[in-house]
Amino acid sequence: MIHPIPPGTRDVLPDEMREMRKLKAALIEVFEARGYGEVSTPAIEYDEVMAQADGPGRASYRFFDESGELLTLRSDMTVPIARLVATRFASAGEPPFRLSYLANGYRPVRPQRGQMREFVQAGVELIGAAADEGTVEVIEVLEAALDAAGLGRAVIGLGDADLYRQLLEELGVEGEARDSVLASLATHDLVGLEQKLLDAGIGAERAQTCVELTQLRGGSEVLEQARGLGGEAVERATTSLSRTYEELQRRGVADRVQIDLGLLRDLGYYSGAILEVYDPALGYVLGGGGRYDGLMKHFGLDLSAAGFALYLDRVHTAQLEEARRA
Amino acid sequence: MPDGPLKLAVPRGALLGETLDILDAVGVDTSEPRGDSRSLIFETPQMTLVTMRPSDVPTYVESGAADVGITGKDVLLEQSDRVVYELVDLGFGRCTMVLAARTGNDRLAEAQRRLGMMRIATKYPRIAERYFESTGRQVELVEVKGSVELAPLVGLGDGIVDLVATGRTLEENELEVREEIVECTARFVANRVAHKLRAAEIDELTARLKEAAT
Repeated sequence: MIHPIPPGTRDVLPDEMREMRKLKAALIEVFEARGYGEVSTPAIEYDEVMAQADGPGRASYRFFDESGELLTLRSDMTVPIARLVATRFASAGEPPFRLSYLANGYRPVRPQRGQMREFVQAGVELIGAAADEGTVEVIEVLEAALDAAGLGRAVIGLGDADLYRQLLEELGVEGEARDSVLASLATHDLVGLEQKLLDAGIGAERAQTCVELTQLRGGSEVLEQARGLGGEAVERATTSLSRTYEELQRRGVADRVQIDLGLLRDLGYYSGAILEVYDPALGYVLGGGGRYDGLMKHFGLDLSAAGFALYLDRVHTAQLEEARRA
Repeated sequence: MPDGPLKLAVPRGALLGETLDILDAVGVDTSEPRGDSRSLIFETPQMTLVTMRPSDVPTYVESGAADVGITGKDVLLEQSDRVVYELVDLGFGRCTMVLAARTGNDRLAEAQRRLGMMRIATKYPRIAERYFESTGRQVELVEVKGSVELAPLVGLGDGIVDLVATGRTLEENELEVREEIVECTARFVANRVAHKLRAAEIDELTARLKEAAT
């Protein structure tokens, strides 16, 4: 007798569970060793709490409780932890606060695409550390986590979330034209991007420059190349990225970081540095993160913040692929 | 996205000839796929060519089973939820997505006027849906897999949304173009992770393809 479960959810049987438990234990050990205590929050939040995250990352499963309150299943852990810190830590000593988690999140799926409606993430949040130092520390923890997972070949992309918003403002691209340019950027459609920039009337040369900018990724040499393309927004982003990169180099952890001026994250709350994680054995992204300095303000605390989250199922798949390769 | 030579998804069918031509132009040896071999995978000294239906290219490239690929913009628009980098407009395989109906017959307009709704047969339901939505019209879309020209001739729908290259097929079936929706050409696409981790190889190929395409 077959009793189905909803698409995008799954049962985990003992063999996989054993491997997952090992992976989770290894990650939590890394987090705890660096002072990131593990927390747990409810899978169900008030909708108005989760609504602090704009954009496609916004929670999608909403329902009413017995007294008519609108509840939602969390779509990630960053917003619940921001709430938790504002509520429980505001008067509990000096920041920075270091927290970690292993938790399920819930997002809508496109049918028949193997996407998970319910997924497990492991990650950390560093709240109240100065911007550059905070970013560097989070990248250090991420690298240690990837090592602990046995993904020695994984690469971390480091970009800037504000670059294109500021660049378009500087170029005077506004309103609908701006939204349509950002949409092309978000879907990685460079052919459309160039056309839309031309349509926005910034001239062929500048349009070309913007498209080139999105293709700059690599070591510190790309910062020089980017500066050559000029502009205030580019100057600000490259200055900030190079500060972070130099600090990573100083601490000897820059080798697997790839500076990427084409990087974008689709969650609305990011600002400043953003991260993405890749493994050569896998065609899709393992996780990501970055700075979300504006988010804490929604919860009444003016603290800068940064963090990352890894999708554990994908990390597990990458482990398997790397082992097959060896 | 494993190691080894770059894997390029090559579309079989109408785009195949010009795809192999442009690959020649950028220095890829295409003598094997041009032969009468029935294999689907060809190892050239420069890269691995994986041949497939054009509509499968985004699937293989998104998952990383192929690092890069070539396919029509029509396919990319229809599968716009697939995450791939669209890097170069290769310029060949030019055709137009159109709304067509029977020549000299006002059934399409009449359906719109009297029923408030047109019935449109198509192989491209998502492109059609977006187009009619963006032009504020309500339609009932009928998805067919084979020759869509047949549909209005036997009364399955008032019109069709289909890709037209020369317009001959339409003419032979007494259909005419009523509206042009979008121009489509072949595009060079890349897997998201390959684009990051094999940046040098992909940038070089992109530059050569851009040059060959102009």
